[in-house]
Amino acid sequence: MQPFSTHTGMVLPLDRVNVDTDQMVPKQFLKAQTREGFGRVLFYDWRYLPGEKPNPEFILNRPRYKGASVMLARANFGCGSSREHAPWAVADMGFRVLIAPSYADIFYNNCFKNGILPVTLTDAQMDELFSRAEAQEGYSVTADLPNQTISDSTGLKYRFEIDPFRKHVLLEGLDDIGLTLKHIANIDAYEKAQHPGATMYEAVDAKYFPKR
Amino acid sequence: MTARTMYRKIWESHLVREAPGEPSLIYIDRHLVHEGTSPQAFAGLKAAGRKVRRPDLTFAVMDHSVPTKNRSLPIMDEAATGQFDALERNCREAGVTLFDMFSHNQGIVHVIGPELGITQPGQTIVCGDSHTSTHGAFGTLAFGIGTSEVEHVLATQCLVQYESKTMHIVVNGKRGKGVSAKDIILAIIGKIGIAGGTSHVVEYSGEAIRALSMDGRMTVCNMSIEGGARAGMIAPDDTTFAYMEGRPYVPRGKEFQEAVARWKGLASDAGAKFDATVELNANDLAPQVTWGTNPGMVSGVTGRVPDPASYRDPDDQKAVARALEYMGLKPGTALQDIPVDRVFIGSCTNSRLNDLRAAARVVAGKHISKNLKGALVVPGSMTIKAKAEAEGLDKIFRDAGFEWRDAGCSMCIAMNPDVLPPGERAASTSNRNFEGRQGKDSRTHLVSPVMAAAAAIEGHFVDIREWNVEAPE
Repeated sequence: MQPFSTHTGMVLPLDRVNVDTDQMVPKQFLKAQTREGFGRVLFYDWRYLPGEKPNPEFILNRPRYKGASVMLARANFGCGSSREHAPWAVADMGFRVLIAPSYADIFYNNCFKNGILPVTLTDAQMDELFSRAEAQEGYSVTADLPNQTISDSTGLKYRFEIDPFRKHVLLEGLDDIGLTLKHIANIDAYEKAQHPGATMYEAVDAKYFPKR
Repeated sequence: MTARTMYRKIWESHLVREAPGEPSLIYIDRHLVHEGTSPQAFAGLKAAGRKVRRPDLTFAVMDHSVPTKNRSLPIMDEAATGQFDALERNCREAGVTLFDMFSHNQGIVHVIGPELGITQPGQTIVCGDSHTSTHGAFGTLAFGIGTSEVEHVLATQCLVQYESKTMHIVVNGKRGKGVSAKDIILAIIGKIGIAGGTSHVVEYSGEAIRALSMDGRMTVCNMSIEGGARAGMIAPDDTTFAYMEGRPYVPRGKEFQEAVARWKGLASDAGAKFDATVELNANDLAPQVTWGTNPGMVSGVTGRVPDPASYRDPDDQKAVARALEYMGLKPGTALQDIPVDRVFIGSCTNSRLNDLRAAARVVAGKHISKNLKGALVVPGSMTIKAKAEAEGLDKIFRDAGFEWRDAGCSMCIAMNPDVLPPGERAASTSNRNFEGRQGKDSRTHLVSPVMAAAAAIEGHFVDIREWNVEAPE
């Protein structure tokens, strides 16, 4: 995974509460077999008119926000479906930092698997960032993960909280599976002691079965 | 010893590794897999030269994109076919049990897990699907995960987890006639909000929960995620054990009795502390209808579409105004005056035998409104379909003008050809009314199976309590 340390980028203010992952990547794009290329379909139904014509009303299509890499969002961002296609699309569109007052659990967790830093700030701090991003064209902020701050060039500086382990994994860009496999002896021991198994007592109509 | 919640007991019994300052490693007893969120996980595993650690604890099914009719014909959707082929190949290579679309046991992943006895009390269960919370109805810790975590579980049979906070939702009293499990959970979401349960595992209890059948309990736990909760759970009891006995993966005889004795110890201890408690009374609960674009935008059927100006928070005012615009509704409209174009009875929320029986009782001897453009019944599994047919439910539905289909997720997520057309309005027994959920620019109203059935007959929402029919158990 791509490590994350600090990032400075232009801010896109998405001023909606309860943005669900169905909006980020609608169902018709869940049939792909790769993790790449979802940026094109991020917020598909909001972003495109019939014939995939960009909807000029939608913020992602406004020229002044072209190249934004920090997204401001409102409460409960990423609610609903567990689809990881949502953070894949966010990252593929070039966003490395999200800033919101709260996130839905599964989406929040999925961000860390994809090198995205989801920052949590208070409602009042969010309001200030929204008003600055809307007022100043090209408004940028710096997300500093080691120091846990969001700052801009005029002296604004907000500290944010993040779990120390998640911070460590993101800073180092560690592979979760690789980390867990270091504890293979613990897993072996657990299996030996607990004997979890699934026994079939009556035949089911399945195509393949595990080899004994 | 301190009193423990059911969640804490299951958590402790699955701890593989604990270390200060780190999340814990917990063991996963059952990993359920479907075609939609697994191809990238299997591909990642292969690219890293890793293997499926416990194929015997992994169960796969095709459900999200499967057609619900004419399965013997070629499927025209190449992307869907690609996912079916990938799942088939991955299961063959790893030796994972696969219920493909021609299996007599095929169905929605959260329907067939319990139905086959793969789901059992006290387990940890995960699936790359947020409605995995359904399995919590059996006193399991079950939750949805992303594809990276699917890959993690395939490789290690474990997950890295932080312990959740706990919320106790107590539903006292008795449901009135015509009031369903669906109405209980919609009312809960209306009360706590769609983020009310965030970072919590919910345990549901109380007289009204105890009185539910397993089908009803699954409906309640299924929509825990719609209240923001990671998982929902109900302590196993005699209703649970009676449901379990004799299912294909459930132990028999003396082994079953021993399992029941263990399962009885799962319930939260008296005096166990929860981080939050919410109480509701089922006595005065009306059938619920959603009017907006998230499941928390809900009201009793005798209510009216709200005025955005009646909300205090400016964010709420904006969200409600936008929702009403999307839904094509005016403030003050009586919910019972809203006409529907289509009716969908199905999904992992409400497609089980008790749901179909209750809906059939409503439509028996009647016919769907001539104003309706279509009405679908999609059983949750092929097993349920066969049982329903043995009871003659298919004939009741067909005679009433419904289409009777094969099992799958169908119009709940509309990844297959069952799509709600733009601008059309559905009474749906599914779980999400998000913009575009059932089809681009489509409009969803979430209701119970008996409410959906009655809306099909009348062509608009009605107060099913006035029809004097039994809701699902």
